[in-house]
Parts: sequence; C-alpha cells; structure tokens
Amino acid sequence: MTRSAPNSPTSSGSDPLSLADNTPKRPYRALRLPSAPDGERLLLLALVLFVGVLSIVPLGRLAYAALFPQGGFDAARIAEILGGRRVAEAVVNTIWISVAATLLATVTGTLAALMTGLTDMRNRTLWVFGFVLPLMIPPQVTALAWIQAFSPASPILGPLGLSLPPGTRHPLYSMGGIIFLLGLYNAPLVFLSVRASLQRLPASLLEAARANGAGGFALTRDIVLPLIRGGVFAGAALAFVSAIGNFGIQAMLGIPARVSTLITLIYRRLSSYGPSALNDMALLALLLAGLTVCGMAVTAWLGRRGDQRVDAAQRPPRMALGRWRLPVEATAWAYLLACLVLPLSALFGTALVRGYGQPLNAETITFENFANALFHHEGIREAFATSLWLTLLTVAVLIPVAVALGYVLVWRKGWVARLLRLASELAYALPGIIIGVAMILFFLRPLPLIGTGLYGTVWVILAAYLSNYLALALRPILGGYAQIERGLDEAAQLAGAGIFARLRDIVLPSLAPSAMAAGILVFMTAINEIQTSVLLVSSRAQTIGPMIIFLEEAGSSTLAAAVGCLMVLLVLALMGLSLIVGRRLPEGVLPWRD
Amino acid sequence: MSDIAIDALDKRFGQTQVLHQVSLAIADGEFVAVLGPSGCGKTTLLRCLAGFEKLDGGQIAIGGETVSGPARHLPPEKRGIGVVFQNYALWPHMSVAQNVAYGLKIAGLPKPDRDRRVAHVLDLVELGPLAKRRPADLSGGQRQRVALARCLAMESRVVLLDEPLANLDMHLRGTLEEEFARFHARSGATMFYITHDQAEALALADRVAVMDRGRILQFAPPQALFRQPASEAVAGFIGEGRVLDGEGLHPTGDGLARASVLGHPARLRCAPGERPRPRARISIHPGDLDLVPEGTHNAISANVTRASFRGAYLRTEVMAGPAGDVPLSLNIAAPASLRQGQRISLALRDGWVIPDTAATP
Repeated sequence: MTRSAPNSPTSSGSDPLSLADNTPKRPYRALRLPSAPDGERLLLLALVLFVGVLSIVPLGRLAYAALFPQGGFDAARIAEILGGRRVAEAVVNTIWISVAATLLATVTGTLAALMTGLTDMRNRTLWVFGFVLPLMIPPQVTALAWIQAFSPASPILGPLGLSLPPGTRHPLYSMGGIIFLLGLYNAPLVFLSVRASLQRLPASLLEAARANGAGGFALTRDIVLPLIRGGVFAGAALAFVSAIGNFGIQAMLGIPARVSTLITLIYRRLSSYGPSALNDMALLALLLAGLTVCGMAVTAWLGRRGDQRVDAAQRPPRMALGRWRLPVEATAWAYLLACLVLPLSALFGTALVRGYGQPLNAETITFENFANALFHHEGIREAFATSLWLTLLTVAVLIPVAVALGYVLVWRKGWVARLLRLASELAYALPGIIIGVAMILFFLRPLPLIGTGLYGTVWVILAAYLSNYLALALRPILGGYAQIERGLDEAAQLAGAGIFARLRDIVLPSLAPSAMAAGILVFMTAINEIQTSVLLVSSRAQTIGPMIIFLEEAGSSTLAAAVGCLMVLLVLALMGLSLIVGRRLPEGVLPWRD
Repeated sequence: MSDIAIDALDKRFGQTQVLHQVSLAIADGEFVAVLGPSGCGKTTLLRCLAGFEKLDGGQIAIGGETVSGPARHLPPEKRGIGVVFQNYALWPHMSVAQNVAYGLKIAGLPKPDRDRRVAHVLDLVELGPLAKRRPADLSGGQRQRVALARCLAMESRVVLLDEPLANLDMHLRGTLEEEFARFHARSGATMFYITHDQAEALALADRVAVMDRGRILQFAPPQALFRQPASEAVAGFIGEGRVLDGEGLHPTGDGLARASVLGHPARLRCAPGERPRPRARISIHPGDLDLVPEGTHNAISANVTRASFRGAYLRTEVMAGPAGDVPLSLNIAAPASLRQGQRISLALRDGWVIPDTAATP
C-alpha cells in the first residue's frame, strides 16, 4: 500500500479529483502524535499502581501486622487482646451504638423520603436542602453544636431558661446521646437512597393500585414499601458504615461520657502509647473492618432481590394529604427546627460570646473569637492552610485519576477493572481510622529509595486522602459516563486518537460538569476531614478537622465554636457554588439538589 | 488495495457463541451489505472488523495485512477504517467543521491543509454553510452527512456503516440511500453496510451476506439471493418468499426442470448439476403467482382467506393445494375485488429448486 505524506501537493485537497481517485492518501502515520505502543495498557498499569500502592498494599500490610506481628500467627496473643475487658466492652458498645443508630436513621430517612417523594407537601425543595444539610457538616462540628445547644448562649433555649446550669451532667454525654446524634446525622444517607428508589418507581404500578381502590396508606404499605425495599436497605448499609466509622461524634460525646467504642479505643491507645501499640491496634482495626463488612453483608442480605425496575419517563403521581397536610408539614418543619436550627444557632451563639457559659446579649457579644480563629491563632491558621493545600492537591490528583479509572470501569470490563473498583470502594467504605492505622504501618519505615520515612509528615495524610476519597470522586464521574454515548469515544478511536488524546478531547469536555461535582464533593469532605488525620497529625502536620477536638479538649469552647461556624459557612458556600455550576448535572449527583 | 478477507471467525461472549466460522471475501471497492434479524451477530461482526472486539478464532486481513488474528490485534485507531454509527456519534462539543477535522488533527496534518480539506469535503456533501453549527442544531439527514464527511476527510479506504438509516423516518431514507451510492462512487472505498432492512440491502449492495444466528447463510448478489436462494432459510427470508414441496423432479437441461407442485406440473429453474429426485423444495415469491380465469388447464385452485387493499394492488392470502392447507400470498393488480371464501384459480409462472445439500437445514 502506498501512502504519501498529507502535506505533499497531491493530497492537498484542493483538487476535486483527489477524493475520487483510487490511490489511498490517508495521512502518513509517522506524522501522528507520538504515543506509546499501547496507551491503554500503560494507563491500566498506572491505575493498578495507584490503587495498589494507596489501597491494596496498605490494607494488606494492616492485616499482616494484625495477624502476624512477629512473622508468625499467634492465636494466644489474639485471644488475649480481643478477650480483654476493655476491648470486649468497646466491641459491645460499638455494635449496639451502630445498630441502634442505623435503625433510627433508617426510620427517619425513609419517612422523610416518602413524605417528599410521594405527597403534595409544600416547599419541598427548601425542606430537602435543610434535611440533607447536616450530612455536609463535619460530624465534630455537629457534635459541638449539639453540646452547645443547652448552653446559656443558645439563642433559643437560653432565653427560655431551658439551658443547663453549669456543673450538671450534659444529657448527650451518654450512650443514648451518641445513638441519637449518629441516627440524625445519617438519616439523610437513607433519605437519598430511598428517594433514588422512589424516583425509579414506575408510575403505572401506583396508578394500577389506585385503580384497584388502594388509598394512600394501603398504597404505601402494600405497593411502595415492598418495591423500594432495596433502596431502604442500601441506605441502611450506608448509614451503618457511616455510624460505625464516625469518629467525630463518637469521640466528642463518648470520651467525656466514658462510653468506649472501638474507634475511640484505637485513637486513645495510639495517642497514649504511640507506634509501640501499633500491632495491637492493627488487630482492633481489623476487627472494626470485620464488623463493618459484616454489617454491610447483613443489610445486603436483607435487601436482596431488590426490585430493579427502571422507569424514568414518568414520575409517580403525588398523593394529596388532604386535611393531614398542615399537621404533616408542621411536624416536618419542627423536625428541621429541632435538628438543624437549634444546634447551629447555639453554635453561633457560643462563638459570639466572650467566655463559655455566658448568655448571649448586647454586653457579651463579640467577634473576637472569629477574629482569633481567622487571624490571630497561629495553630488554626497553619492547620487551615495545610488542610487547604492538601485538599486542593487531593482534588487535583483524584479527578484525573477518577476520570481515567471511570473510563476503564465503564468501557473496558474485565477482572482488573473489577478489582480496581472493589479496592477503591473498600478503602472508602472502611472507617477512615482503619486507613489511618494502615498508612502509619505502611509508611512507618523509611522508604527504600528516598531513605527517609514519611511517618509524621503531611505526605502520609495526603496518601490517606487519596486512598480514602477515590471512590467518592468516582461516583459522580461514573454517573457522567453513563450519559456519554460510547460511540463518541469509538468514533474518535477510529479517527486515530490514542487513549490520552481521547480522554482529553472527547471524554473530558462531555464530563466536565460531573468532574466539577466530584471535585466539590471531595473538597468538601476532605477539608473538614477528621477520622483519618486525627491519627496522622503530628507537631509537624496539623489539619483543621481535628482542631475542634483539640480546642474543645483544651477548654477553648468559644474558639472551637468559632472554627466550627467557619467550617459550616465554608460548606454552605461550596454547596451554593455547586448549585450554580451544576445546572447541567445528571440527577442525583448532587445530593442536596431536589 | 483494501480488500477484506474474513476467515473462519469465531466470537463468544461468555457462554454464548455469537459468530460461528464466519468467512467473507470482499473485493476492493465493493459495496457489501450484511442482512439479518436483530441479534444475529451482524453488529458484532462489524465491531470485530473495526477492532473493538478481539476474536476467539479465525482472522481478518485488510489489504493483505492481518489486522485481527490469533497473535495480533491492531487497535481501532491504527486501522484507518471509517465507521458511520447508527446514531452518527458526532461529538456534541465540537462544530461540524471540528468534527470533520478531528481525525486530520490527530494525524498531525498542518492547519492550512486541514482547513482546506475540511472545506472541500463539506462542500462535497453540501454542508459548507453549516460548518460552524453544532451537531445538536442539525437535522437527522444533515448529521448523517457530517458522519459521511468525516469518513471522506480521512479518505478511509474501508467504511463500515452500522444501520445508518434505522433512526430516520421513511421519506428521508430514499434520499440518503442515494447519498450512500454517491459516496461510494466518489470515494471508491470498500463499504460494509449492516442492516436488518432487506429493501435497503438489496437496493444498495453489490453483494449481500444473509446472516442468521451467527452464521452466514448465503453471500451473493441481490438478484441471486432473490432468484436462486441457496437454502430454505434464505428463500423464506428474502422478498416474502415461500417454500413449497415439489414431487418427481426431472431436470431438462439448460438450468430448467419439471416437477409437480401443489398437485400440478410446473416448469422450474434449477442449478446446473441438479439430478432427478423424488422430492424437492421449491422457492417462490408472490410475483410468481398469477390469477387466471376459472377452468384454465392445470390451474391451482385456492380459497381466499383475506384480501387487503394496498393502493396499486390487492394483497391476497389464500389456502391452496389438493387439501387446501398450503398458505400462499400474491399481489393482484387493481382494480380487483375479492371476497373472503371466494374460490380462485392460480398459475405458477416461476420457481427455483433449492439445491439438495442445503435443503436439510
């Protein structure tokens, strides 16, 4: 076959016959972009390395350290550690707290989804935003806000005289308090999952039941609930995983209340004994991972054979609440008042008074705490700066990786792709503290080539973030891929574009809104993150997330409240930004958008 | 040269074998259609040719160069094949001109040359004034022409078309069929056209490969498929064909034979090597049956079961044969009127003896 260079005069295209004659003048291959012999294989290799080094190997190292600390399996040691009174107590507490909180979250979230999804309640969009908002607030801030809810500075309970006198035991410093807060905190997770199921419910099924004479209650009980069972249990699984690994609430309430859970036990032992307790703590972390996986397996089994009917064409019709409309709406808004306004207003109240315990009035009001948090407190400023660049770097690395990984997962099936997906999901589902322990173990020893260890530096935190949030970044991007037609990529492939050119020219422009949403999600989660970094922070590397706990432990409640307020404002700003850039996003990518 | 040699192709998805020993030899510049019902494996065959699927057996050579085989798999971006996708796969974020230019840009063609070639190609498909538009602002027919222009610009020597008319309404199809014929004449490329619509396949292609359940049943020019089907399956599939029993087959030379069909002697066409045999299967089409006056010698009597008005003709379903249990259809030129249950007489003007080797499927 003869091929001539395209810039030779014969194929300039100016001659009308050049397209009709029979000698091929396809552009000469040597002129194509320099590309590796097989770009896709290269990409896959890079992804395997990324996920392998950041997820699979550290978790493997954790399991090895837990089971074979001195190179051999020692059943007696394992029995001794797990059989200890404190560990046994923590295990029982962990299971009881996470199961009870999951039940509370499931009932609340399902009711909320049914109400907003099926009834003609008014102002749904605003209510949904308020209901989902707590999920976006860092748990340590939520815990702090609830602790402040009963302080004299609360603008709601304070003037009513319902605040706790100093010295009395706080009602939330208890097992019940932890369950209550975890349940409320995770209810939006169940809500989102159930709402997604409701939106897929074929309208005709409900209309058929209506035609058979089923009223609103019978319809919900006999038709809707069985059909959304899969969504309810999927949400319950998320709520369980989130509850069992929620360090912020368990630590802020559990440590003062002396209610020990696995997660707080690991944290306290590691901060008192340092790396010498690592092998034992690895065992506890493995136990926690085991409990998490068990919980997911049980909920998956309960929700098995969930109906997978998809019918996006028609939304189910809304049911008229009739004379129940006002009471239902009143209850719904009262819930938001109690669960959102009460704690958050108290948090702001506390941040605005000079000293903890003062009521909020014209004499005590001050912006000193905010000024301190923003400008004067060096620790806070540095921690914030560290968190900011760590988070930005995480986003900058994870979004391209997630776009490439999404490509492999969606369009190139195979066992490697499945393994990559499983590994990234596992690193996301397992409580962050487990990733923390795994990262310490993995990076404790000096690295082979550099000769110096990363332990105690900010780079370990970065590694933990990359491992932890890959799946979070992946989710909106997979949703975006589902909307791109496969032929667009194949057409570009036929035009001669290699994998990297296609990702840049074809995939990325179509995926931009989803990638943006993924970036905002990762940013919001990582900037306030506490579970992983609380173990990894050192005198050299502080992040803003655990700062609240340190400030509260040090007695600076008002300063802690001010930092918490700033975090909430940051979250609100990001949510607003995402609503502006996210107009073209597929439904369900941004959880707070109805 | 860009002849295509497909040799003993096997393709499995998990446990299901999608392609069985598919072999086709396509000449340089030929227009070939692959015709078959949905799910017969024709799209898989196209994806194998384009390089999107790897083979489980056999090989594909284009212009004498093996592109897919046991030890070799040239990726799609290195094959230089053009594909017109069912929904055209135009990149929505690029203008018409950018869509056409993309492959040239990847190939490293300098911008002045690229612009010139794109403008020329767009003029050829009469899309010059729309060069700056986005694909979303085009009609279905215009999108189709952008997809063709993309192949023209790349000067692809092999163009694969995946049911390109399936998403368009009826009256647009005729114009676009013409467009393909012009494209073929202009580019001289080897065309490989996938469709489930036999009217399209028979009208456009030099040769048609009839496919069913992953196998090629017959690969022949359209007239041959219609007049000389190689198997009962093809005979029944093409042109509303029917297969009847024939008795006492006697070849008379010159490619003709005599046999008894529906209890009456008939003159049939047959393959040159045909030998006398007691039973044969005969392929006929509605056009082979004529309505004759009552009492004509050797006429086949039939019972009208349904007659429906189709404008220029009356579509008639009858039950025929000695026992009145053989369903036949024929078209009777208008004006005519027939009632259900009416007895009519028919004459069989033509028929083809299906060769024996393929008569038993």
